[in-house]
Amino acid sequence: MKQTESVLSTYTADVSGVCSALYEMGGMTVMHDASGCNSTYNTHDEPRWYDMPSMVYISGLSEIEAVMGDEEKLVNDICEAANDLQPRFIAIAGTPIPMMMGTDFPGVARMIERRTGIPSFGFATNGMHSYISGAGKALAAVARRFCPADLPAKRGDRLSVNLLGVTPLDFSVTGNVECMRQYFEDNGFTVISCWAMGSSWEELMQAGCADVNLVVSSCGLALAETLHQKYGTPYVVGAPLGEKFSSFLLQQAAQSARDKKCRNLLIQAPETVENQDKDIVIIGEAVCAGSLRCALESGFGARNVRILSPLEASAQLLREGDCFSAEEDDIFAVLQTARCIIADPLYRRAVRKNESVQFIDLPHEGCSGRIYRRNIPLLVGAHADDWFKKGF
Amino acid sequence: MDLHKVEEAGTSLPISKAPFPSPFASGVEYAAPARGTWNIVHVGMLVPESQQIFVCAQGCLRGVVLTAAEMGAASRFSTITVRENNVLDGDMEDLILDGTTDILQKLQRHPRALLIYTSCIHHFIGCDLEYVYKKLRERFPDIDFTDCYMNPIMRKSKMSPDAKMRQQLYSLLKPRRQNGKSVNIIGNIAEIYPSSELLWMLREGGFRVRDICWCRTYEEYQEMAESCANISWNPVAVPAGQTLQERLGQAHYYLPISYDFEEIEKNLRSLSQALQLPLPNFAKLREKAERALHRAAESAKGMAVSIDYTATPRPLGLAKLLLEYGFQVESVYADSFTAEDKPEYEWLREYYGSLAIHPTAHPKMGLLAASSKPREDVLAIGQKAAYFNGTSHFVNLIEGGGLYGLEGICELCSQIEQAVWEEKDTKNIIQVKGWGCCG
Repeated sequence: MKQTESVLSTYTADVSGVCSALYEMGGMTVMHDASGCNSTYNTHDEPRWYDMPSMVYISGLSEIEAVMGDEEKLVNDICEAANDLQPRFIAIAGTPIPMMMGTDFPGVARMIERRTGIPSFGFATNGMHSYISGAGKALAAVARRFCPADLPAKRGDRLSVNLLGVTPLDFSVTGNVECMRQYFEDNGFTVISCWAMGSSWEELMQAGCADVNLVVSSCGLALAETLHQKYGTPYVVGAPLGEKFSSFLLQQAAQSARDKKCRNLLIQAPETVENQDKDIVIIGEAVCAGSLRCALESGFGARNVRILSPLEASAQLLREGDCFSAEEDDIFAVLQTARCIIADPLYRRAVRKNESVQFIDLPHEGCSGRIYRRNIPLLVGAHADDWFKKGF
Repeated sequence: MDLHKVEEAGTSLPISKAPFPSPFASGVEYAAPARGTWNIVHVGMLVPESQQIFVCAQGCLRGVVLTAAEMGAASRFSTITVRENNVLDGDMEDLILDGTTDILQKLQRHPRALLIYTSCIHHFIGCDLEYVYKKLRERFPDIDFTDCYMNPIMRKSKMSPDAKMRQQLYSLLKPRRQNGKSVNIIGNIAEIYPSSELLWMLREGGFRVRDICWCRTYEEYQEMAESCANISWNPVAVPAGQTLQERLGQAHYYLPISYDFEEIEKNLRSLSQALQLPLPNFAKLREKAERALHRAAESAKGMAVSIDYTATPRPLGLAKLLLEYGFQVESVYADSFTAEDKPEYEWLREYYGSLAIHPTAHPKMGLLAASSKPREDVLAIGQKAAYFNGTSHFVNLIEGGGLYGLEGICELCSQIEQAVWEEKDTKNIIQVKGWGCCG
């Protein structure tokens, strides 16, 4: 593998994923980095930066500290800032040079916690993986550490859910998060918490009360497993996209609440039919892309839809024939046989000489950042069907 | 969101108590959402007909890839991703050689120049870049290669990435026979203000003036090697000028941007002597500048003025000038001061010791900005000053904006007047990366 991108872009990295996941929780997140990660994060990965303050910083690692393996300045600087800012918790996330230095992030976190008395986490991210990995670790760590073991008994008749893996990197700030929450409320479910946009800390801490958890992006998978271990809460993998698939998701969520079994709604392929008219490729995060595929299949009878996930994706989220690769050569190869591509507009450059392919823009914040944000469609429930109709 | 209410302590010092050159202790750093300054991608794109390849980890690539995409230059930008195995296996040289070859094959064209940016990782693992470039030049003799760097870890110990980038920006110039009547202006992101007396002097003196900001072809860029001298005024351009002096024998005249009439005249007189240039009528120019300053001060009456370090390399010099002409300069946002600003620092301590100095990177700054009421009574000069004060009245000035000399001061005054009566869309303007990079 050449590891090259001659024309394609890259996705948000793990370190930004940590910051994004923890953004609204009232903690302080420090990227252990010289410089650059902060402006990348708050320019391209964090649409909330201008309007919603949060304590996200870089450590300003210097050459001499890296050479000497000096972590004392990092610890001192964080303790000093924490003393002023009184965050709920402190998270430290790594970048490439700390990886080379062998920084012991959990150890650094323990030192900080001892000195400040503030709960602290260390995430050994290294800027070499996608945001899925960083956000997933961060969300799971918060639940593991803070969600109380004992919760009051559930009240009310409605089934309750948590939405897991909600960050602007997959859902942006253009209405899909609010719409998703509303969708469940309108269909008889109580949304206890949304991890982690738009929910207060107190709401997040009630997550253990839910009857079932919904993993709406890959970022929520590790959290779902943590909550399953901690409370025995079953989880269902799938995002409510497309009217029919969303109805199916509601039904399956209710079923999981009853039988306590976890379900992945993305892997059940419909029976194939002959004379398939289109080979559709959806590029993106595995749960959202997989849910869109299900929406196409259940709502429009589409077949032969493949997912190309350039991001980390658990094998359980993909079907046979799907592709998990960030390599440009692999992506070119998959796209060569596609007749229709649903992807972020930055992928248009991969097929710019192929006039026979239909390209449907689906901007993805974790890919193109803010560039096409205004064109991000509403996809929750029936909105996805309307969008498909326009696109096709 | 549930955030602790922070106090202002530690985020403001009167200049009389602000140590030079670093008024505030370093610690964890905040980054304001003001993005108008240019980064190394924007600057590198000034080389016409060039291609950039960044060799970094995904996290480092993200910002530069989207910089290129946002400026509409994605077709001139490619990447090689560094992964854990490359760090462990020590195959970084092969990764760059094979990756570059692969990219050039896929592009199906050869650019005139290829700027390869390596990162902090390459520095620490001792990647043999000399070998890499030697091999690339052998393999692709029709392409001019140069080494560029995205290694911010050096910013506190060696040359800043910004200065290094501007040094490498001219590294592709090939020696040519010199033309005694050609000079370059180097190291700027904005072209010189057309009415500047410096430009007038050079042209009246019969000089052809070249600037990379004006180059549209690679050949035009190469013609800069003909010049007998380079003129710079931005401190980050000094290493570029020094290197060109050594490498191409071009004299380097560093005439720091200034807001002091005496200093401006002294600089221009020294250049006049060196290149045998005619002198402008300084007395008339001073009068003109003074009139412009008085008019602008009158317009801004009742408004507090706030300046930040991204607006000009000499924010203290600008503060001093404005104070001398009756502006109510209230604050300067700067995490450190430049050596060029030392005389003004001393002057301000003596005569305006209460002038407030604020950091921009202090961890409290974002929370304070969010919890403060917008101050429309503030006239800001610079994007960060506009953001922190929450004002829509601001001069959108980056790195001095090419406003050199007394004529530059006159133009700055008209921009100040405009900012007094015009409300700008601060949020949308300051979040644009590399202001002006798209023309």
